[in-house]
Amino acid sequence: MALSVPAIMKTTAARLSALYFLLFALCAVLLVFYMTSLSASMLTGQTQDTINDEIIGLASAYKKGGLPLLVRVVENRSRQPGANLYLIADTNGQILTGNVQALEPGVIDTEGWTTEPFSYKRFGEGELDRLRSGTSDQTTSPSTGDNAVQAEGEKGHNAIALVLRLPNQMILLVGRDLGEPERFRAVIRRSLMLALGMMGLGGLLIWFFVGRAALKRIDSVSEASRRIMGGDLSGRLPVTGTGDEFDRLSENLNSMLARIATLNEGLKQVSDNIAHDLKTPLTRLRNRAEATLSGKQKTSDYRQALEGTIAESDQLIKTFNAILMISRLEAGYSSEHTNRVDLAAAVRDVVELYEPVAEEAGVSLDAEVNGAFAVDGNRELIGQALSNIVDNAIKYSTDATSKPAVRVALERTHGEIRLSVADNGQGIPDDADRARATERFVRLEKSRSQPGSGLGLSLAKAVMTFHYGRLDLLPGNPGLSVVMSFPTREDH
Amino acid sequence: MQMPATQSSSEIAYNGPMKILVIEDDREAADYLQKAFTEAGHTAHVAGDGETGFALADAGDYDVMVIDRMMPRRDGLSVIAALRSRGNTTPVLILSALGEVDDRVTGLRAGGDDYLTKPYAFSELLARVEVLNRRASAKEAETVYRVGDLELDRLSHSVRRAAREITLQPREFRLLEYLMRHAGQVVTRTMLLENVWDYHFDPQTNVIDVHVSRLRGKIEKGFDKPILHTVRGAGYMLKGG
Repeated sequence: MALSVPAIMKTTAARLSALYFLLFALCAVLLVFYMTSLSASMLTGQTQDTINDEIIGLASAYKKGGLPLLVRVVENRSRQPGANLYLIADTNGQILTGNVQALEPGVIDTEGWTTEPFSYKRFGEGELDRLRSGTSDQTTSPSTGDNAVQAEGEKGHNAIALVLRLPNQMILLVGRDLGEPERFRAVIRRSLMLALGMMGLGGLLIWFFVGRAALKRIDSVSEASRRIMGGDLSGRLPVTGTGDEFDRLSENLNSMLARIATLNEGLKQVSDNIAHDLKTPLTRLRNRAEATLSGKQKTSDYRQALEGTIAESDQLIKTFNAILMISRLEAGYSSEHTNRVDLAAAVRDVVELYEPVAEEAGVSLDAEVNGAFAVDGNRELIGQALSNIVDNAIKYSTDATSKPAVRVALERTHGEIRLSVADNGQGIPDDADRARATERFVRLEKSRSQPGSGLGLSLAKAVMTFHYGRLDLLPGNPGLSVVMSFPTREDH
Repeated sequence: MQMPATQSSSEIAYNGPMKILVIEDDREAADYLQKAFTEAGHTAHVAGDGETGFALADAGDYDVMVIDRMMPRRDGLSVIAALRSRGNTTPVLILSALGEVDDRVTGLRAGGDDYLTKPYAFSELLARVEVLNRRASAKEAETVYRVGDLELDRLSHSVRRAAREITLQPREFRLLEYLMRHAGQVVTRTMLLENVWDYHFDPQTNVIDVHVSRLRGKIEKGFDKPILHTVRGAGYMLKGG
């Protein structure tokens, strides 16, 4: 991945990882502070306890054997490996005995706990095995841990101590080196820093494996959609099958793509059909004009040719209007102009409109309407659909074996209002043909000889779709029954 | 069925010349309309956009206006609405590429008197414009229409020709009524379908022809003179001898 840093930060995964990392770090820092201060106060307490114990021991030795015993005990303890600091000085501050060779001046001037860690020098410096501090393992700086930390250095050692004046005004100092607790603090600090570092690393790893995984899924979705936009309309977004959010998103987008593909396929079919069904008459138009222009013609020939041209273009315009109307209906024509339509009246109107045509064609046209039927819709569209169907029925009933008849019936069945137009002609025996008959521009073999655009039933179907209904072609006995089914509204 | 009489469209404009205003942004279409109206014996003025059209319509005294619905600067419907609000009642025919039911309803609501979808036949436009003009001096108020020896009583729903009673079906009566109201004018099949049946679509078969021929049989059979004429390439005309 050749992404620049700002580009990486644009990804949700990176931003989330950074946020988590910051939160972790904040928690870790708080933890470090808490642990350090807790251990510092614990160490202080322990150091003071140790020193107090020493003092109690020394005090009892002093009580028992006076100064000589005290000195002996001090000297004895001073020689222990990893011993505490012991010092006995006279009233002038002159060191008499103990294991301290030198001290920061002024430390033994005041009685009580030293307020600050002080530096000192032991006898036999360097040879002391400071690691084996043994008996008591902890020491403290009284409330001034920070100074103790920075004071650790070449000058010698830092310590805290309790200074007492003996009854004979001599000075007793018992102290404890701070090296050990400082090392301990350093260990805690180091381990916490290590933990922090590991958390950072963990954050990075989480981002890399979890975030990157999510990012990759999104990238693959983006990549797939780019491919689809690039023209590969059959392409689909990857679905891993885990059923997670990404899968659900991909599945939804895929259904959307499938829907678009269907619509697109329809559109493609229409444009193919337009190309065929509009180009053919256009070619005829053009050829007729060309043929009329070439050679000597009589005026009446020109006239005839032009009239033919006009008739042909009128037919073209009709076809074109029908295509537009179907598209608009299928695209969900605005429903502004719908109201209650009396279907019985629509049937009467259309039957009355076609009755003379039927009579002239020798077809009997009957309507059977029982009761009132009203649907929400557009009278104009329903009238147009019905007249297309009736028109077809009259045309195709003429090849009936008995007396040609078209019957229009309006009835309520199974929660639907069914408006059926049945003829007794040859019908469409083949199921597949019947299914195809409502497709745009489909003209079944025997209808090729009949005038028409092949859009009549498609338009009727689109009108029914617009009315939330259906258009079904059912085999009659004999003939064909075209049924417009409207959903009913029970409250009229 | 054989049409008894045909007339060429050049004989139609007998109602007298009209002054027509054409507001149409398509230069070529506008020029064509001007030429065709002139040939039909009318005077036509052309405005190339809504603003100019409004100014001309407001100032001039036109018999009929033909207004394109979609134009730059000012669309047809707003021109019509503005004219109507200024008390101009000149009949308006709207020309539009938008031909759905809703579009027609919107156009007529805006104050148009008729609506014709592009592309259209000029004969259709001319017939409609002439009917619109006559509407200005409408026969609406008359109760009895007379054309030659044919008489239609709108109140008693009776029809007579040369004092002989003719029985018509209700729809035939409405068809004849419409033809008589516009006697001497060309009435197209679409106009009949719209006004007599209240449908605005093109039927696949020319159902209107069959209805008219049936009516013709009733009002001409047994009479010497044809009265309901077929105008070739345009429609029908009822005309007394």
